[in-house]
Amino acid sequence: MPETGITSIAGYLPRTRMSRSAIAAAVKWANPALAAMGKGHRTTCKPDEDSITMAVEAGRYCLAGIEGDEPRVLQFASTTAPFADRGNAVLAGEALGLGTEIRSQDLGGSLGCGLAALINALEQDAPTLTLAADRRAAKPASASELRYGHGAAAIATGSDGIIARCLASVTLSEDFIDHYRSNGAEFDYPAEDRWIRDEGQLQQLPEAIGQLLAKSGRDAASIDTVILPGVPAAAANTVLKQCKIPDDRLLDGLNAGCGYTGTAHPLLMLASALEEAGPGEVILVANFAQGVQSLLLETTDAIAGRVAAQSIADQLASGREDVDYMRFLSFNDQVEVDWGIRAERDNRTSLSAFNRHRKTVTGFVGGKCTVCGTPQFPKGPACVNPNCRSFGTLEDEPFRDKIGRIKSFTEDWLAISANPPLMYGNVGFEDGGVIMMEFTDFEPGELKVGMPVRFVLRIKDKDPKREFRRYFWKAAPANMSEAD
Amino acid sequence: MAQGIRDKVVILGMGCSRFGERWESSAEDLLAESFQEAIADAGIDRDQIEAVWFGLSMDEQNLGKSGLSASQSLRLPNIPVTRVENLCATGSEALRGAVYAVASGAVDIAMAIGVEKLKDTGYGGLPERSKGTFNDLWQPSATAPGSFAQFASAYSTRHGVEMETLKEAMAHISWKSHENGSKNPKAHLRRRITKDAVLNAPMVAYPLGLFDCCGVSDGSACAIVTTPEMAAKLGKTGDLVSVKATQVSVSNGMEMSHGSWDGSYAHTTRIAVDRAYREAGIEDPVKELAMVEVHDCFSITELVTMEDLGLSKPGEGYRDVLEGKFDADGEIACNIDGGLKCFGHPIGASGLRMVYECYQQLRGTAGERQLNTPKKALTHNLGGFPNFNVCAVTVLGLLDS
Repeated sequence: MPETGITSIAGYLPRTRMSRSAIAAAVKWANPALAAMGKGHRTTCKPDEDSITMAVEAGRYCLAGIEGDEPRVLQFASTTAPFADRGNAVLAGEALGLGTEIRSQDLGGSLGCGLAALINALEQDAPTLTLAADRRAAKPASASELRYGHGAAAIATGSDGIIARCLASVTLSEDFIDHYRSNGAEFDYPAEDRWIRDEGQLQQLPEAIGQLLAKSGRDAASIDTVILPGVPAAAANTVLKQCKIPDDRLLDGLNAGCGYTGTAHPLLMLASALEEAGPGEVILVANFAQGVQSLLLETTDAIAGRVAAQSIADQLASGREDVDYMRFLSFNDQVEVDWGIRAERDNRTSLSAFNRHRKTVTGFVGGKCTVCGTPQFPKGPACVNPNCRSFGTLEDEPFRDKIGRIKSFTEDWLAISANPPLMYGNVGFEDGGVIMMEFTDFEPGELKVGMPVRFVLRIKDKDPKREFRRYFWKAAPANMSEAD
Repeated sequence: MAQGIRDKVVILGMGCSRFGERWESSAEDLLAESFQEAIADAGIDRDQIEAVWFGLSMDEQNLGKSGLSASQSLRLPNIPVTRVENLCATGSEALRGAVYAVASGAVDIAMAIGVEKLKDTGYGGLPERSKGTFNDLWQPSATAPGSFAQFASAYSTRHGVEMETLKEAMAHISWKSHENGSKNPKAHLRRRITKDAVLNAPMVAYPLGLFDCCGVSDGSACAIVTTPEMAAKLGKTGDLVSVKATQVSVSNGMEMSHGSWDGSYAHTTRIAVDRAYREAGIEDPVKELAMVEVHDCFSITELVTMEDLGLSKPGEGYRDVLEGKFDADGEIACNIDGGLKCFGHPIGASGLRMVYECYQQLRGTAGERQLNTPKKALTHNLGGFPNFNVCAVTVLGLLDS
């Protein structure tokens, strides 16, 4: 049986970076002690982002880096999946264009499900894409509000082009309740930090790491990088000391520019580590969540030639600072803004119509005429080329990965949007065709005719009456730094 | 071989309600208002009308579907009433139906009546509504100002005109409409404004400010048409106004999906007007047309329409506007009644309201805003979005011109 290892890895960070000092200042009246945490930035979703959209974006970056077979298994791990019963992995797979033959499964239940999913993937021989994402909510004026971030990661595993192979994995299951969230609850209920550290992290992490070293036959000093997601730096250093791992091996927890992204975090930190790693480096990931999920990995020679599609480092550097706490609350559905009578519009989705157009809507698949070669979106019964107009000649044409250019635009303050103004315009595709669509990740004043854009899956509309949301693609800056 | 509609049908009588926020009036009341004026002007009894085309765009907002509401409110004698809907071209479509019925010889006297009651939604702007089960899944939740606003960025790019200059031309258009509207007792907005007020207004959809947008109004307009022979027989006095052309062009998806359109003009306007000039026998519109009533839903729409109608050269419309070519005392008066901007825009009535103004001007009964002996006039509607629309162009003139 050929060895299974990591073949590609990527992360996705929402572009909005909320200033922690702005949060701390806004909640100082209620909890002045939080001022000590008021440094750096945390990632936060725009209203059109959720765990699925983030995971799909990370998945696209990841798939761009695979050389071997397309995944035959798709895993989606999250504690904040938008749907409790509708395959979130299935939806993500259709957005990624992975076809219907794939085995899709959702994982959840604890912040360990992301790394657990990766361990599953490494222990089977089918090429697998593992997505992990979390968009956790935190109460205003809580420490979690400052500590959390939103993000996603994606890891492809398989036997072709392995960049990191698995030396050993250890999983401990302990119902140690450092926090919990009941079904339907909006927020986590956390236990006391000091107890979590002393009775949880400092007990269980050294235990798992010891087993991992024993199992792999490696010694502590051979470990180049240690990833302890969500563990505060002081506790993490103590863990290293207990395990006799030199303290310079601890990887930064992405706290300064991102925050703790829950389920995604072990994978996101691993992506960050692999961006920097050379061949032959040993990486330890130990995730503390209802026990410990842990992995010991070693990079291969193949990592040397690897170029990340959108590196975590680049994404950390190209965020957009936000200091507007009220908007942050609104984006996270924690304050109800009066959007007026217009917003009472009924966004009911006809599920039969959606099903008929699923490929068009979820996959951003249009048509290409076999007679005249014209790409077009959406695909109608007849070709749109005025000089062709043939019936029945359109073949599926994916538009997802094309580059577009803005032909016209507006910033609409009248249209309904949870992030006004609603920006939209005509976007021409470089190889032909045009679409009027919404823009996202642009700020007012940034749009210009001729600007290149790429396409990202986002929430198109929410239907609060039926607790449904629908997704479509939007035009985002082709290069994050270009819109700055 | 078809010869077109030119001079086969004349207007026997017209009516138009006062446009505005008619809180006191229902759609039925507005219909009665324009109808009674038209009947009196035509000098006939309602039982002489043989067929009706009834324009109503947003049936969800007021009267519901079908022609029943018009028949019922006007107590028509159980004649055919056909409801038509084609977005902002609805009123013009109603007229086209009535004119074709008369021209075919099927009836002697037909009526077109349009109405819209928009001010019961509870908010400003046009009603929020579904674009269709499939379109809602992928099209932006665009508004009318947001979609038409894009003319500006595309025009500015295509012709290398700075947005600041374009904004000035747009402000001139809105200023001019308020000047004209101030002289129209039936207009919704009758206050004169300064260009600075236009430029400094709050942004609705970049680059359109509040005063770049037309009024959302309640109102109704009505036309009764017949043959020239019948008009003479019925004793119609004064100059007879005939229909010289009536054309409609509808997008087929090229603008929306093909990519050969750059967004800086209305493709359908160019097609409809080309056909209309041919049908009307117009060779030099700038010389032959004394006035135009165009679809100035937004200031930028009026500007690009001047080029699409061939009244300005491509890329020079903004300059002509700034030089006053389309002012009340300019070479061609555009929207001398205040246009959609100030007369108002009750969708189903708007096309007929434009014809009403042409009819008054051509007959010399336009009062304070009367132009000097106009002979030919044009109306233009553009319904929908620039990338997906219905365009209607109607040419009217004195029967003997």
